[in-house]
Amino acid sequence: MAGLSDLYQEMVVDHSKRPRNFRKIEDPVRTASGYNPLCGDRVQVFVKLENDRVADVSFQGVGCAISTASASIMTEAVRGKTVVEARTLFERFHELVTCGENAARNGASLGKLAVFSNVSHYPARVKCATLVWHTLRSALEGDEGTVSTEQ
Amino acid sequence: MNSMGTAVSQRGSANSKTAWDVQTVRAAFPILKQKVHNKPLVYLDNAATTQKPAAVLDAILGFYKHDCSNVHRGVHQLSERATDAYEGARDTVRHFLNAKDIREVIFVRGATEAINLVAQTFGRRMLGAGDEIVITALEHHSDIVPWQILCEEKGARLSVVPIDDRGELRMDEFEKHLNPRVKLVCAAHVSNALGTVNPVREIVRLSHAEGIPVLLDGAQAAPHFRVDVQELDCDFYAFSGHKIYGPTGIGVLYGKSALLEAMPPYQGGGDMIRSVTFEKTLYNSLPYKFEAGTPHIAGAIGLGAALDYVTGLGQERTESYERGLLAYATEALSAIPDLRMIGTAREKAGVLSFVLNGIHPHDVGTVLDYEGIAVRTGHHCAQPVMDRFGVPATTRASLGLYNSREEIDALVAGIHKVKETFS
Ligand SMILES: Cc1ncc(COP(=O)(O)O)c(C=O)c1O
Repeated sequence: MAGLSDLYQEMVVDHSKRPRNFRKIEDPVRTASGYNPLCGDRVQVFVKLENDRVADVSFQGVGCAISTASASIMTEAVRGKTVVEARTLFERFHELVTCGENAARNGASLGKLAVFSNVSHYPARVKCATLVWHTLRSALEGDEGTVSTEQ
Repeated sequence: MNSMGTAVSQRGSANSKTAWDVQTVRAAFPILKQKVHNKPLVYLDNAATTQKPAAVLDAILGFYKHDCSNVHRGVHQLSERATDAYEGARDTVRHFLNAKDIREVIFVRGATEAINLVAQTFGRRMLGAGDEIVITALEHHSDIVPWQILCEEKGARLSVVPIDDRGELRMDEFEKHLNPRVKLVCAAHVSNALGTVNPVREIVRLSHAEGIPVLLDGAQAAPHFRVDVQELDCDFYAFSGHKIYGPTGIGVLYGKSALLEAMPPYQGGGDMIRSVTFEKTLYNSLPYKFEAGTPHIAGAIGLGAALDYVTGLGQERTESYERGLLAYATEALSAIPDLRMIGTAREKAGVLSFVLNGIHPHDVGTVLDYEGIAVRTGHHCAQPVMDRFGVPATTRASLGLYNSREEIDALVAGIHKVKETFS
């Protein structure tokens, strides 16, 4: 079992307290909302696409340290990526937080996102880490409505 | 208090006279001996469910080992024993609630089913278009949604009595919600999200003055103090076994016999009938009319053992011990900087709900879990209460009769650890 400081690494705490790209993008090309009814977390993601690339991405909302840090680090990670690259990154990230570092392929290429590898030891917290990613995917796919962690 | 000699000679009353020894109480609960994350388990999630004393576990196992049989239908020895044990448990409940008549005690799955039963039988029969059901802003979802479903079906209206900033029911507003269209008033005896004890006697008195029956949701009350349905004069009372040291899957609906007699049955099936032909079915008498199918026999027996355990300890002693513990915990938590208590009613039982400035309850819960401390984080099935206080969620520590002051100290230390982690 990983220790508490492995879950709440310095970088996570830092991003949760000073989230990057925590703002609204006016006239965004795409936006979507996410909601976790179990804990009341809400997030809205804004994406500006240029030539199928993420030119700008931001988020707003309320959530726990894991979800806020995940959103913050995600915005840094997907900027400049193509839509397909962003989707692939989500798949890897999802694998990381559900299966852990060893099971996840290409752990190294995840960069800063690897800080969430210990979330896999806390099944109750996986949704906190992935809500914003589901919301991003929904925004990229142009889906209307709110993404919910509960179907 | 007593020397050994007199304690032994006064055996019969020793239980209710000697000082409360929480370590002795704890020893009756096998689960509490364990460690979580290498720390002694501090279980403070009693409003969600309570742990079970050995007496309850033994009663359940004993039934399956020695007396297992279906009830009410057999002539053989085991069936007689099972029936006696099941009906004995019903009498224990009757005694526990001081119901007038054993026929007024209906076994259900829990408080949720008890409320749904009333909605689907009494409610369906009594409610018409334009009628109203009054609830309070403190209710658990299980005392909101069944009424919403019913109102939707009937074209009726759900009318909600507000609470104030302390989490107390606005009794000045309550009276204004009563009118001839109101067919039922429903209120939590104790709020699970805030711990507020509602002025239920006053609620019953005012409602009855207008001729309106009252349902009390006692899920969070029965575990903490003595409930006397005749004294309360409520028309329905619901509670869950698992929140009062009994098993899951069993609970009780109490109803005044005159009302129950007039109500249509809930579910159809075996046990609830007197005679069946394809033309006409005669329903069984109370309480069986409302207990279709094979009941949770072991659950009822376990609940009986739990109520025996609680009354054996002495409910007045338990209440007074828990009151002291709640006061101690309230003072200790309130002294923590950046901690805001949610729910500061003057009359409270069992619950400490709070938020920490800038730290999400889920993170609080995860850090506390790592310290071996079990609390609940979230909306506690009372989203309207969260909305009222403008928070998406709280952290809730809820007390049981086996919690100690040392455990409260551990909680306080844990909260400081939370603050350190996110400082
Ligand atoms: C006040 C209140 N009412 C009803 C319920 C529902 O109880 P159960 O889930 O056992 O049916 C609860 C459980 O949390 C409660 O706290």
